Amino acid sequence: MLEFFANLVPTSILDIWNSLPPLVQYLTIVTWKILFVTIGVILIVAFSTYFERKVIGSMQARIGPNRVGPIGLGQPFADVIKLLIKEVVVPSQSNKFLFVIAPLLTLIPALAAWAVIPLNDWYVIADINAGLLYVLAITSVGVYGVILAGWATNSKYAFLGAMRSAAQIVAYEIAMGFALVGILMAAGSLNLGDIVRAQAGGFSNWFVLPLLPLFLVYWISGIAETNRAPFDVAEGESEIVAGFHVEYSGVAFAIFFLAEYANMVLISSLTAIFFLGGWASPFEGLGFLKPVAEIPVLGLLVVGGFHWLFIKMAFFMYTFFWFRATFPRYRYDQIMRLGWKVFIPVTIVWITVEGVMAWFKVGPWSGLAG
Amino acid sequence: MLFHAVLFYLFSFVLIGAACGVIFSKNPVHSIMFLVLAFFQSAMLWLLVEAEFLAIVLVLVYVGAVMVLFLFVVMMLDINVEAVQRGMTRFAPVAIGVALLMAFELVQLIWLRSRAGAPPGGFEAYPEGYSNTKALGSVLYTEHVYAFEIAAVVLLLAIVAAITLTMRKRPGLKVQNIAAQVAVRAKDRLRVVKMDAEKKR
Repeated sequence: MLEFFANLVPTSILDIWNSLPPLVQYLTIVTWKILFVTIGVILIVAFSTYFERKVIGSMQARIGPNRVGPIGLGQPFADVIKLLIKEVVVPSQSNKFLFVIAPLLTLIPALAAWAVIPLNDWYVIADINAGLLYVLAITSVGVYGVILAGWATNSKYAFLGAMRSAAQIVAYEIAMGFALVGILMAAGSLNLGDIVRAQAGGFSNWFVLPLLPLFLVYWISGIAETNRAPFDVAEGESEIVAGFHVEYSGVAFAIFFLAEYANMVLISSLTAIFFLGGWASPFEGLGFLKPVAEIPVLGLLVVGGFHWLFIKMAFFMYTFFWFRATFPRYRYDQIMRLGWKVFIPVTIVWITVEGVMAWFKVGPWSGLAG
Repeated sequence: MLFHAVLFYLFSFVLIGAACGVIFSKNPVHSIMFLVLAFFQSAMLWLLVEAEFLAIVLVLVYVGAVMVLFLFVVMMLDINVEAVQRGMTRFAPVAIGVALLMAFELVQLIWLRSRAGAPPGGFEAYPEGYSNTKALGSVLYTEHVYAFEIAAVVLLLAIVAAITLTMRKRPGLKVQNIAAQVAVRAKDRLRVVKMDAEKKR
């Protein structure tokens, strides 16, 4: 990677760079990596709101946003500017400090989890061995923002939303964690990069088929974790107005919105990494496609890279919107039942099956030490 | 090394501040948030000694699950700050007694360690690529399997006991029969009636 950049810049700048102490070099590289990822996530969030409105619009035989810019592409920026210049109203009977800090508590974990996500073979901010555990721990912190927002607002609707969301997120987190145990057993590593490398070699080596029940559980739990339709009872417009963010306006609301979509992008990327081989190309294992890799544009489809992660992520984002346009909202007791009585038993059974298969050395993970 | 020391003192001071905050804040919700901060800081301290598995699990289990449930319960209380403060002076002698006992025990422990001559250099750094998740897992299910299983059984027992203690059997309780709900078909509930079109008068 460094050699690649070294060829681009003139030697005088390279000399200055080489004269810097290693710590400064390291900090500079890491800061730039963080900036790229953060800005990238925020841009994806901005355009996925546009994408969502277009997708749902076409599914409901409407046009969707088409006024700002060419085919409405400026719409996200118009929305952001509108939200930024609106007044932030803080209810007089609320707990001011917690009311203001709650949106930040939802946004920070949603962005911090990106530290261990590998975007391709070498681009990852922190390549740590406990990456999967880190993701689980950081995403489980995000619920505080929702709960505190509901409580600090000092409103019955907001409080009901917070209660629902807390119970729901705690329930589905367990199913999610168990699904990840299956990934951990199949890949034999907690490092997200190694999990993707364990799936190298084309579509047949991805974990999605051998771990299909875990994939379904993880993906549906992911939708429940992000409080999206059909699990959006924490907001439930028809029952409790807007749930936990009923009193939020302007920038504070924008941060909640950003956090929700950042979490969706995160869950989509994680599902792609865990089950669909992350940055790997599905055509990798096919020998007759080798010469195609030399062709400039078409070759990209055969070679793995960031574009494949992006395509998979975009597909999962699309299904988020598709579900929202398709399914009616779940009844609350059914959500709880699905989480505790269906998903957790399914994951436990499949982990047992996987363990037995690994013991008898059948299946794709037969290479692991039993 | 200096960088480590600066981080250690920063995390320790915030940890102690947060721990004091747990005790001194009048609102229980604030207390819980201070406790969350304290957990985070102790996780950071564990990361400094390269115990990353324990550090992350501390955040995952205590911050991500246990404290959420604490918050869940505490938020539903109708908090009367005055009553809480009156309780504080009433229980102060007991609290001071417990605190003194714990301080005594800690000092004794440190004193014993210093007599035994603890290594002055502190912890040794682990070699590159060392995973303490792997190290922990390889002994947890082999050498310590009995202790591990017993702990699991005790936890299960605690769950069952907690549920049986708090479960109240009320007469006339209505429950849903999920199997019956799932088995329902449209023709059981809905009757399509064919009618001739009415003539306009």
